[in-house]
Amino acid sequence: MIEFRSVSKQFPDGTRAVDDFSITIPSRKTTVFVGSSGCGKTTLLRMINRMVDPSSGSIEIDGENISAVEPVHLRRGIGYVMQNSGLLPHRKVIDNVATVPLLNGVPRKQAHADALDLLDRVGLDRSLANRYPSQLSGGQQQRVGVARGLAVNPNILLMDEPFGAVDPIVRSDLQQETIRLQRDLDKTVVFVTHDIDEAFLLGDQVVILQKGAKIAQQGTPEEILANPVNDFVASFIGADRGKRRLTVDANIAASGDDLLLVDAGGYAAGVISAPGGRLAVGNPSPKSRSISNKTDQAGDA
Amino acid sequence: MKWISNNLELIGQLSLDHLAIALPPILLSFILSIPIGWLANRFAWSRGVLLTLSSLLYAIPSLPLFIVIPVVIGTGLRDPINMTIALTLYGIALMVRSTADGLASVDGDVIQSATAMGYSTWTRFWRVELPLAGPVLLAGVRVVSVSTISLTTVGAVLGISSLGSLFTDGFQRSITAEIYTGIVVTIVLALIFDLVIVQLGRLLMPWTRAPRKTRDDSRGRLAEREVTA
Amino acid sequence: MNIFFEGLAWVFDPAHYGGVDGIDTRILEHLRISLISLLIAAVIAVPLGYFIGHTGRGRTLAVAVSGGVRALPTLGLTIILALTLGIGLEAPIIAFVVLAIPSILAGAYAGFEAVDRRTIDAARAVGMTEWQIAGKVEIPLGLPLLMGGLRSASLQVIATATLADYVGGGGLGHFIFLGLQTNDYPQMLAGSIIVVALALLSEAIFSVLERLVVPAGVKSRAPTTVRTKSSRSRAVVG
Repeated sequence: MIEFRSVSKQFPDGTRAVDDFSITIPSRKTTVFVGSSGCGKTTLLRMINRMVDPSSGSIEIDGENISAVEPVHLRRGIGYVMQNSGLLPHRKVIDNVATVPLLNGVPRKQAHADALDLLDRVGLDRSLANRYPSQLSGGQQQRVGVARGLAVNPNILLMDEPFGAVDPIVRSDLQQETIRLQRDLDKTVVFVTHDIDEAFLLGDQVVILQKGAKIAQQGTPEEILANPVNDFVASFIGADRGKRRLTVDANIAASGDDLLLVDAGGYAAGVISAPGGRLAVGNPSPKSRSISNKTDQAGDA
Repeated sequence: MKWISNNLELIGQLSLDHLAIALPPILLSFILSIPIGWLANRFAWSRGVLLTLSSLLYAIPSLPLFIVIPVVIGTGLRDPINMTIALTLYGIALMVRSTADGLASVDGDVIQSATAMGYSTWTRFWRVELPLAGPVLLAGVRVVSVSTISLTTVGAVLGISSLGSLFTDGFQRSITAEIYTGIVVTIVLALIFDLVIVQLGRLLMPWTRAPRKTRDDSRGRLAEREVTA
Repeated sequence: MNIFFEGLAWVFDPAHYGGVDGIDTRILEHLRISLISLLIAAVIAVPLGYFIGHTGRGRTLAVAVSGGVRALPTLGLTIILALTLGIGLEAPIIAFVVLAIPSILAGAYAGFEAVDRRTIDAARAVGMTEWQIAGKVEIPLGLPLLMGGLRSASLQVIATATLADYVGGGGLGHFIFLGLQTNDYPQMLAGSIIVVALALLSEAIFSVLERLVVPAGVKSRAPTTVRTKSSRSRAVVG
């Protein structure tokens, strides 16, 4: 469990990135900070591994105040995945994955064996192990980044817009992979994105942030979608433009039992099955989604 | 040709003298420029100050510097140590810019991610920043090496023994073959140094040799999907 | 350090001015040799560099030849030319032209290459001829880097011009070599001090010129373009 208690951060240039921020991030769940650029979400994330220290307030991990923990030691126990993967260009893939174990003094052979297992785990072929990062595609680099983040088997995994720079199809793959990994590994994941669809897809808990890291709304995707608390949230999730309000289009019949759904603007948004003319009312388990509803922000990478 | 075969021993001895003067400045300037280059990038003010200082230092002509240095450090005018110091200063003046530029060229994302993984500032500098600045440093060392080897000849007009002595001696005795030999051997020496440095660079920085993947494989993946869909 | 002040005193001694061996005469000689060499080098290297930069042809060759020329010891070249052409001004000037060409050439073609390809595409798209592209786009935008090349060439030539007197070409080297022969250390130092001053003066003049030729609207195009910022330097507040 990670707890922020009245945390504020003022940068030397005077920007107040975070203003009196408090939250509890539950263990073994995915919490997503979502907001526009400049809202302070990355700063929040970087406070957890002390890349940024708060100006006031405190942060605790499992009850221990992290300001007392030596930063380098703290960071070696927390996985971190970032945009553009941040891989070390002068190290082979396998050495990149094994970086932190090697820093911690794990014998080379052991660290490499573990790294190969991790490549399997994130869906990369072992034959890529001896390549340099520049020889991989963007999506592959990002997977290596995830493998590296998992290398010390950390309890906490921080992900800073990890899929922001890859194309929409690869991004969708990586999101599914993340869901699958999280189901297997049960980490405490803190994920930062500006993409609300990604937030809803991955988050058990979604935190919508305004400027100064002010929490606009916090809850499960269902709670937020069903009940946006104010205009900002409604606008951010697209509810105000009717993007989330879907109705059956009576004029066009889709194939089989399916009916076409359109949003309030009249744009096609999906289909719904209606066997015998009755709309399906399901109780889908959110963790088993295998398709993403990414259409709107696809070009935004 | 006859002059060369009669004077092989002299050429060999002068080459060794030349190396003894030129080699230490190349190594020293590389080593000394690392902390200075680091300092140049460390603070907002330090880059401008250090780079201006080094370009002023470089602006000082070599022959006058060979004459001024003995006055400052109290050696004799014909002491080879003067050359070593002067050439080291030139090397530093050139290398500091390379080192500062090289360190500044390291991708900020990579540095951030190294920090996030738990590299301490010291380890990160030696294992991440310095190696990644390597190609720019290498280019700098190559320039220092060529210019040092060429400048070493100038000491000959003061009577400091090097391959340049073949020029001054050949001039006084009007032996063109001697002068040509001096020019050729100096260039060959510079070329050998350059080759060795480039090879060392390839050895120490294998990642720079890896053929780059130019195209994202997303298209390949796209095709794959269309087939499976 | 006392001897250093003796050197300074030598520079400011009125008895050392006027006449064939006066400091003023030697400074003018030095500057004349340097300027002539620079001009000839520029006349050769600038058009050549522009051609390479505009067409992209011959770049590899130019880089290789420039690299080789840099390894060429100017002292050796000066002396061999002096033995061939005789004592006087020709030999050192030719040697200094060779010395100056690589820097100017590199400045000229680097200046053209530094121009954003999209700008040139756009110029071509609006219907400029190749000559107009060179004259109205590439030359003005490449001027700062050309100035940088001229700056280092000028520095090298002024510094190396001390060697001219070794083969009877005159200039400030005269004091150094005369001092050397007569064991007159203050005189050697005096010559050295003046050459250093000239070199620094050249640097100062060119650093002003470099700034003046930057076209309005183009931010300082320092030759240090290898600096690449983090793609997300703003991220800490994101």
